[in-house]
Amino acid sequence: MDTPDVKPHEPAARYTDPLGKYVAIYVCILILASAQFVIAYSHLDTTAMFARMLFVALAEAGLALMFFMHLWAEKRGFFVFVVVFTGFVLLAMQYGWTDSYRMEVGAPYSQPKTGMVPQ
Amino acid sequence: MSQADLTMEGHAAGLTTGIPPFSIPAKKMAIWLFIIADAATFAACLVAYGFLRNGAANWPRPFHSITNAALMTFILLTSSLTMLLGVRAAKAGDKPGAFRWTIITAVGGIIFALLHIREWLGLIGEGMTLFHNPWGTGLFGASFFSITGLHLLHVTGGVIALLAVGVRYKGGRYNADDLEVTGLYWHFVDLVWMFVVPFVYLLNLAR
Repeated sequence: MDTPDVKPHEPAARYTDPLGKYVAIYVCILILASAQFVIAYSHLDTTAMFARMLFVALAEAGLALMFFMHLWAEKRGFFVFVVVFTGFVLLAMQYGWTDSYRMEVGAPYSQPKTGMVPQ
Repeated sequence: MSQADLTMEGHAAGLTTGIPPFSIPAKKMAIWLFIIADAATFAACLVAYGFLRNGAANWPRPFHSITNAALMTFILLTSSLTMLLGVRAAKAGDKPGAFRWTIITAVGGIIFALLHIREWLGLIGEGMTLFHNPWGTGLFGASFFSITGLHLLHVTGGVIALLAVGVRYKGGRYNADDLEVTGLYWHFVDLVWMFVVPFVYLLNLAR
């Protein structure tokens, strides 16, 4: 019986990159983390602040995923599986936000915000 | 031979070759699947937190200083680097170096956990409980303690895993791949903190 045309496992992530690369990525992540603290003290409304913080957090997480966790060096098929599958699950969780905004004007657990009229 | 027989034979060939999905070692595949599931768990917690924060008019902003959060962030990020150095040393066959970096990582985790507990005690001392606080809606305590508590539980579990795997690696029972799998978990704990800090701490700074 013929076996499938698949090569035996050969680990892709070998951790042989130079030390300087990891330190540079660590410094980048530290700078991004510091940027979040700077954003927190800037004079922005909550929505703008949230958007900036989310962007920076995604950049930090991307660096950690790709280089600290070596996802970038894994097999292409596995990389695509992790990114697409996780991305889909996380995006699918965002369906409830419209309901959250509806509750701003009459949520059972909150008081109506100033200037808003309960429906 | 029928189509059904051919299909069965194909399945049997796949089972007998022993090649894991994506040609990834079983342990690494398992930890990645755990990480995906755990990412969904934390995302659900953060979405629920955002839902409550958005809907509540009097959301508290109890944090007067960023010093503790900044220090905790620095320690956790640095522990991720030391973990990486440990795995790198293990892959290079440097067993003492790998063990040393793994223990340093665990110590970083312990310091992080102690700082976290100190912060909790400070907030509890100011009158914050799961359902009451002096500043605004009582839901803040429930969401804050749930998210940071879940993360602290992960850190504690990670420290125990690091110590256990590190000692067994040094003793020759575990190999570099086992250390790599533990390292992936530790990096994930660090990654989650990157989202907890801005949304739970920095968006709630006192103004």
